[in-house]
Amino acid sequence: MELTYIKAINSALHEEMQRDENVFVMGEDVGELGGAFKATEGLLEAFGEERVIDTPISEALIIGAGIGAAVLGMRPVLEMQFADFISCAFDQIVNSAATLRYRHGGRAQCPIVVRAPSGAGIHGALFHSQNPEAWFTRVPGLKVVAPATAYDAKGLLKSAIRDNNPVIYFEHKRLYRSVKENLPEGDFTVPIGVAELRKEGADLSVITYGGTLAPALDAAKIVEKEDRLSVEVLDLRTLLPLDREAILATARKTGKVLIVHEDRLTGGIGGEVAAIICEHAFEYLDAPVRRLAALDTHTAFSPPLEEVILPNTNKIVDAIRNLAAY
Amino acid sequence: MALERDKHTAQRALLTLHEAQLLELYRRMVLIRQFEEKTAEMYARGKITGFCHLYAGEEAVAVGAIYALYDKDYVVSTYREHGHCLAKGADPKVVMAELFGKVTGISKGRGGSMHLFDQDLRFMGGYAIVGGGLPIATGLGLSVQYNEGPEVVCCFFGDGALPQGAFHESLNMASLWKLPVVFVCENNFYGMGTLVQNAICQEELYRFAQPYKMPGVRVDGMDVLEVYGATMEAVARAREGDGPSLIEAVTYRFRGHSMSDPVEYRSKREERIWQERDPIKNLRRKLTVERHVAEGRLGEIEAEVARQIDDAVKFADESPEPSVEELGKGVYAGS
Ligand SMILES: Cc1ncc(C[n+]2csc(CCOP(=O)(O)OP(=O)(O)O)c2C)c(N)n1
Ligand SMILES: [Mg+2]
Repeated sequence: MELTYIKAINSALHEEMQRDENVFVMGEDVGELGGAFKATEGLLEAFGEERVIDTPISEALIIGAGIGAAVLGMRPVLEMQFADFISCAFDQIVNSAATLRYRHGGRAQCPIVVRAPSGAGIHGALFHSQNPEAWFTRVPGLKVVAPATAYDAKGLLKSAIRDNNPVIYFEHKRLYRSVKENLPEGDFTVPIGVAELRKEGADLSVITYGGTLAPALDAAKIVEKEDRLSVEVLDLRTLLPLDREAILATARKTGKVLIVHEDRLTGGIGGEVAAIICEHAFEYLDAPVRRLAALDTHTAFSPPLEEVILPNTNKIVDAIRNLAAY
Repeated sequence: MALERDKHTAQRALLTLHEAQLLELYRRMVLIRQFEEKTAEMYARGKITGFCHLYAGEEAVAVGAIYALYDKDYVVSTYREHGHCLAKGADPKVVMAELFGKVTGISKGRGGSMHLFDQDLRFMGGYAIVGGGLPIATGLGLSVQYNEGPEVVCCFFGDGALPQGAFHESLNMASLWKLPVVFVCENNFYGMGTLVQNAICQEELYRFAQPYKMPGVRVDGMDVLEVYGATMEAVARAREGDGPSLIEAVTYRFRGHSMSDPVEYRSKREERIWQERDPIKNLRRKLTVERHVAEGRLGEIEAEVARQIDDAVKFADESPEPSVEELGKGVYAGS
């Protein structure tokens, strides 16, 4: 069945709530309204108010109450209306959820999922465009995923719900309706912690995830045609824990790596990926590891400025050409 | 009790304000209404993009409260802040240019609709994080008190902000330290699609003043004079060093939450009832019936505002986009 990225999220929620009655969703306007982006549409009708809970505007409470319920065996899927507002709940995530199991000597667990619509490119300006994944990818105890395809959106959400750890699930707003795919009927999952090779190549690797996968694949096609370059594209899919084997395998294979993400350059996960490669595949490299990311500034409202700030296909093409020529 | 007293203050304002002052209230409300209607039109034409929240219907709250302030007093607002910004005296040209994302905009096109900010005007920003403005307003009050200044801070927020910790933390501290802050809650019954009674255990929002030991009143937010009267009292109290107040202005947004809201969660009947209570028509009636202002005079004001709005659109449309050199500017002090 052909599903958009957002419908894939919606169908994962339906199926998981059907499968396990401990799964429930909670967030602002997730019930009657079906969520600001319609990710939870139809859940209220299917599962009732007890399992599809509209909350007041209280992000810290949404996560905190989710943690409380999770400790006692529930599996809450908690919606932040925009990933930008996750900062209001930061303490509950990094101090409470992430450390819970450790604090209890490994005897308790905190299986929450936090769904966070992230990403720019929709003129949302400073507080409706952020990609805050790197705030969480350095926190032990959390898992962080960022699907780029409808298949992964569904499969990773299912895995996140079944995982016994707190999982932050970044869904890219720009992909909601622009990404469409034929998905298999029936239950399937995508494992957390496993990257996916989207395209094989020999000359150079692009490592990316989320909102920049599609432009990276487009760029790979362009340079293949115009420059006869064979580009490999690795989709990380999970940002914590990183799939080190897959990262090192592609680096060793092509010897040239470009890391691309929509999150800002400084402190973005690209730095960590680059460090892994430099530490463990140095002798295979034919060029310095390069990064292309959003500029280190705020996401301006002005559409032409936003365009300059964000990575896009043309910029990836240029970066590939530059690296190939090194 | 509270309500009766406020009808009384409204009546007093109607009788004691000079005609020029009443006409100024009228002009400001008309300015906001026409600005918002034009904004909707420009949004439909693709001149404005992104998230955009209109204030039509709620004009009496911004205008009434801000008219009770001096120019040197501070205003803090939300993402639905075009009205507050205009009422505080911003030139509609620079506000419209900001919505267009142009470099001539009030934030140089960087912030857009939700982040208007002009410290010279003492309009201390629209905060797109619900509840985000309240601690800032409290801190502005702290600074005023520290410097023994005469200023007052007026902080606007929606009903949706009350469940946030930031609301409770701010009221507590402002009260404990007797800070010169007037908290104005715009209760328009909804936070996006959620009704107040489904989000807040105490739906008479002014009652939150009591646990924080400050005066709390509920006023008719469709009556600019009532809002003005109540704010005058709260401002006087704040200026005298007696601490903060909470004003709940009951109002209604005529349009959807944002430009993309199909407004399926409320009835047409409810909308019609509130449209009949239109704050602009409300003041018009009072001015013509009780103060014998000629209809023609009000018509002149409307026409004058319409010209101003047309100029604003022309200015915004013809202004240049920010240049790429602007990108890194303003991130750090000194740039
Ligand atoms: C912390 C935070 N959570 C959620 C949102 C998304 N959001 C924007 S406006 C809004 C409703 C706010 O309602 P209210 O405070 O009553 O103001 P109104 O829109 O009615 O003027 C929500 C949930 C946000 N901007 N910030
Ligand atoms: Mg409201």
